[in-house]
Amino acid sequence: MTRAGLAALLSHWRRNPLQLFTLVVGLSLATALWSGVQAVNAEARASYDAAAETLGEGQFAQITSPTGSIDQSTYIALRRAGWQVSPVAEGRLEGIRLIGLDPLTAPGGLGPVDLSDGELTVNVLLSGVLFATQATLDRLPPLDVATQASTEVAPDVILTDVGTAQRLLGLEGQLSRLIVAPVQPKTQPPLADIAPDLTSRPPQAGSDVARLTDSFHLNLTAFGLLSFAVGIFIVHGAIGLAFEQRRPVIRTLRALGFPLRRLVALIAVELLALSIIAGAIGVGLGYLVAAALLPDVAATLSGLYGASVSGTLQLRPEWWLSGLAIAVGGTGLAASASLYRLSKMPLLASARPRAWAMQAGQGRLWQGVAALALLVLAAALAWGADGLVAGFGMLAALLIGAALALPLILDRVLAFGASRARSVMGEWFWADTRQQLPGLSLALMALLLAMAANVGVSTMVSSFRLTFTGFLDQRLASEFYVYADDAEQATALRAYLEPRVDRILPIQNATQDIRGVPSEIFGPTPDATYHDNWQFLQSAPDAWARIEAGEGTAINEQLARRADIAIGDAVIIAGQPFDVLGIYGDYGNPIGQALITEATFEALYPDITPLRFGVRMDPQGVTPLSIALRDDFGLAEANMINQAGIKAFSLDVFDRTFTVTGALNVLTLAVAGFAILMSLLTLATMRLPQLAPVWAQGLTRARLGRIEVIRAVLLALLTAALALPLGLALAWTLLAVVNVEAFGWRLPMFLFPLDYLRLAVFAVVAAVLAALWPARRLARTRPADLLKVFSNER
Amino acid sequence: MLLSVSDLTKTYPGPDGQITVLDGVSMTMDAGETLALTGESGSGKSTLLHLVGGLDQPDSGRVDIEGVDIGALDDGGRAAIRRDQVGVIFQQFNLIPSLTVASNIAFQARLAGREDAAWSADLSDRMGLTAQLTKYPEQLSGGQQQRVAIARTLAARPKLVLADEPTGNLDEATADTVMTLMLDLVTETQAALLMVTHSERLAARMARRLHLRAGRVA
Repeated sequence: MTRAGLAALLSHWRRNPLQLFTLVVGLSLATALWSGVQAVNAEARASYDAAAETLGEGQFAQITSPTGSIDQSTYIALRRAGWQVSPVAEGRLEGIRLIGLDPLTAPGGLGPVDLSDGELTVNVLLSGVLFATQATLDRLPPLDVATQASTEVAPDVILTDVGTAQRLLGLEGQLSRLIVAPVQPKTQPPLADIAPDLTSRPPQAGSDVARLTDSFHLNLTAFGLLSFAVGIFIVHGAIGLAFEQRRPVIRTLRALGFPLRRLVALIAVELLALSIIAGAIGVGLGYLVAAALLPDVAATLSGLYGASVSGTLQLRPEWWLSGLAIAVGGTGLAASASLYRLSKMPLLASARPRAWAMQAGQGRLWQGVAALALLVLAAALAWGADGLVAGFGMLAALLIGAALALPLILDRVLAFGASRARSVMGEWFWADTRQQLPGLSLALMALLLAMAANVGVSTMVSSFRLTFTGFLDQRLASEFYVYADDAEQATALRAYLEPRVDRILPIQNATQDIRGVPSEIFGPTPDATYHDNWQFLQSAPDAWARIEAGEGTAINEQLARRADIAIGDAVIIAGQPFDVLGIYGDYGNPIGQALITEATFEALYPDITPLRFGVRMDPQGVTPLSIALRDDFGLAEANMINQAGIKAFSLDVFDRTFTVTGALNVLTLAVAGFAILMSLLTLATMRLPQLAPVWAQGLTRARLGRIEVIRAVLLALLTAALALPLGLALAWTLLAVVNVEAFGWRLPMFLFPLDYLRLAVFAVVAAVLAALWPARRLARTRPADLLKVFSNER
Repeated sequence: MLLSVSDLTKTYPGPDGQITVLDGVSMTMDAGETLALTGESGSGKSTLLHLVGGLDQPDSGRVDIEGVDIGALDDGGRAAIRRDQVGVIFQQFNLIPSLTVASNIAFQARLAGREDAAWSADLSDRMGLTAQLTKYPEQLSGGQQQRVAIARTLAARPKLVLADEPTGNLDEATADTVMTLMLDLVTETQAALLMVTHSERLAARMARRLHLRAGRVA
């Protein structure tokens, strides 16, 4: 009996391959969208986890110096006093980060190569071998040290012993920082007694790199959430329609004595098999999507945050398993509702045309209540809740609430249209469109979410770009930038430049923690360049004048938000208190920043000599000057940067940053378009009994086909009109809630009407393309098939 | 006694409250008996047929098939009755569109575990369907589809055949041919036939007639 039932169920797909195709493709695309985003996330996360491990930050307390350099004798003094500390020397070798550790004193678990495990590794490291990925090693020039490829080390990082690192970096006798072991003797003297100029930084929950790259991944996760929501709607629609299409068969099987429970079990097994097949295809597609996007993601991360992502994609079990789980789980979720309805639907009622959609329509009241409740929840979270979780909660409540409300709003709009119709055709058109709504609502919800995501994300990205461009204009005000290799060259360079340019602005900085936040201290020369171009987000009266008089400091927004610093608060810089007189936007900078005037800086950091200079001059003179510097002065090309070049480079990095989000947007919209096609194709067959009488009464098939296209355009336009406010609300959430929580700064929100118009055109084109095939099929339906509707009529 | 229906009542919700479709209907049938169920539209004929076939459940009263109260059975039990003891022929044929004619004919017999290839072939031959066996239902005329539906039911050798206006969609000549075939085969298999019909002419060919009026036996 089971075989006969299964054969009957499966024979439906054999005879209707298009329906099977749409079901499998719908499931596959939903899975692909999800697993593609997850693959990119998993790959990048794995890479910068390795980076964070390599840095050793986050796990251990560290001792640092305001000058960025610790004398080796201080380290020895600390060890002799009983401090369990381990030295680290780091710097850049041919642009690659080189980290030197001491395997004998390093705490267990530090670094990707576990130093606590096995003598061989310790011995190998002690012998001065450079560990790095093969790709990193390939970029190194010939060196007099041995190398060993390791996949455990982050890209663009070389790991070696501290002595080798000091030699290669020219840091003999100097250390960059000290790592403090978690267990220390109780009798050790305080740090201030041995090295008063050093500060101890407690272990952090996450390193700066990890925290910042995490924030980018929050953006991707938000897309993952959106793509998941779109995917779930598509899966739900596909499964629901699969039930609807086979309802007569199911009814006949039950009438012929096939037990309901076994029928439900068979359908469940069949859907499980289909979801596994479609899930596997989807994971494969997702892999291709991820592989296509990964170079951009890598560019994004390294551009914005300085983290490295290896360019190769690995088949990580967690993401292909999660992809399959989404396919199977999503199918299970969607199917359980349909199976439940099937088990509860009376046998004789179950073959009514479009019974599934009618049944769905009956839940309208509950759908309305749920939509309203979710929208109220979203408003409440926006009003009173803080934190990233609340931000994402608001995002989810807003999106799902709006999606649930969509069919109800469309129904009301169509009812209004019907009440205003004057011609009989108009009346029929509105009423017929309204009747189709239950069958199309899931696809339209998917379209709504896809479009809202598009509006929201493009608003965020474009707002970001606009702000960032203005910010670059402020920050890169000098026409020309030059870099000296050492203090001696810096002095000569200044002397060479002085008679040839308008003004020279030294750029000097030191590093220290301000209220626990890693920060850079800058000491600019008092100059109109700064007060003309740098605009404060908040400031005290006469802020620039007072800063230039050495009365206070200005800090960036990240530092203000992270350390909860307001105007008028005091911060300690190099042991001296400074009042915060201004807070400025500092988009894209991962760490804190504070400005004090040049004289104060020189007093606090006498050892620091500026090696970089901004040069104010006639822009026309930049090229001749750079040629003269190269030929007469002997300055390397790499040490000269034209301001226009920096701007172009910065904008290029920024544009690449969001290429990935653009690609995901297009993909999401395409998948939503496919959902409409799938629904229209399925409904087309079921709608013959509704269309045949209209055809019989004098409408041509071609006209019926054209009306189908107009209907799709109308529904797409209505959905677009609702997607716009939803998308703007989404953008606001991303800019004002998620961005602040994740990145530490709030961006102004700009509107881009032309972009929205273009999106609406895309949506209409997608709807037209989706409607064309069913409409063409309808226009070519044989009269005999339309007549069958009457011959089969009860 | 093969079938016993006693004091059967069924109501449906209507726009102005509950509508009583069957109101205390009682009847019996013996094995091999043929009975025409007649009455005006809305008199409750199809509802009675559905209740007897276990396709729907009464508000009150009981239906016994070979002494088993099918109202007391769960969904699986009623499905087993439909599969093993009863065969239903619908006016709308209700063939499985994705299966060939041959598979449709053998389908219920296979469900009941009584597949008999020779008997199915014989039925196909007598129904004039031998040339259509590899076709799909949509490729057949209405009369041919109805003959497939009858063959499907009889191939499972049910004890009780329930037919809901089986010739309602057919022209008079085809209806007569199909009716003759059905009666011959029912007699041959010693099945009882309960047939809903509007046709006086077809009702006259049955051994007994039960007329319903406004949900009651007239």
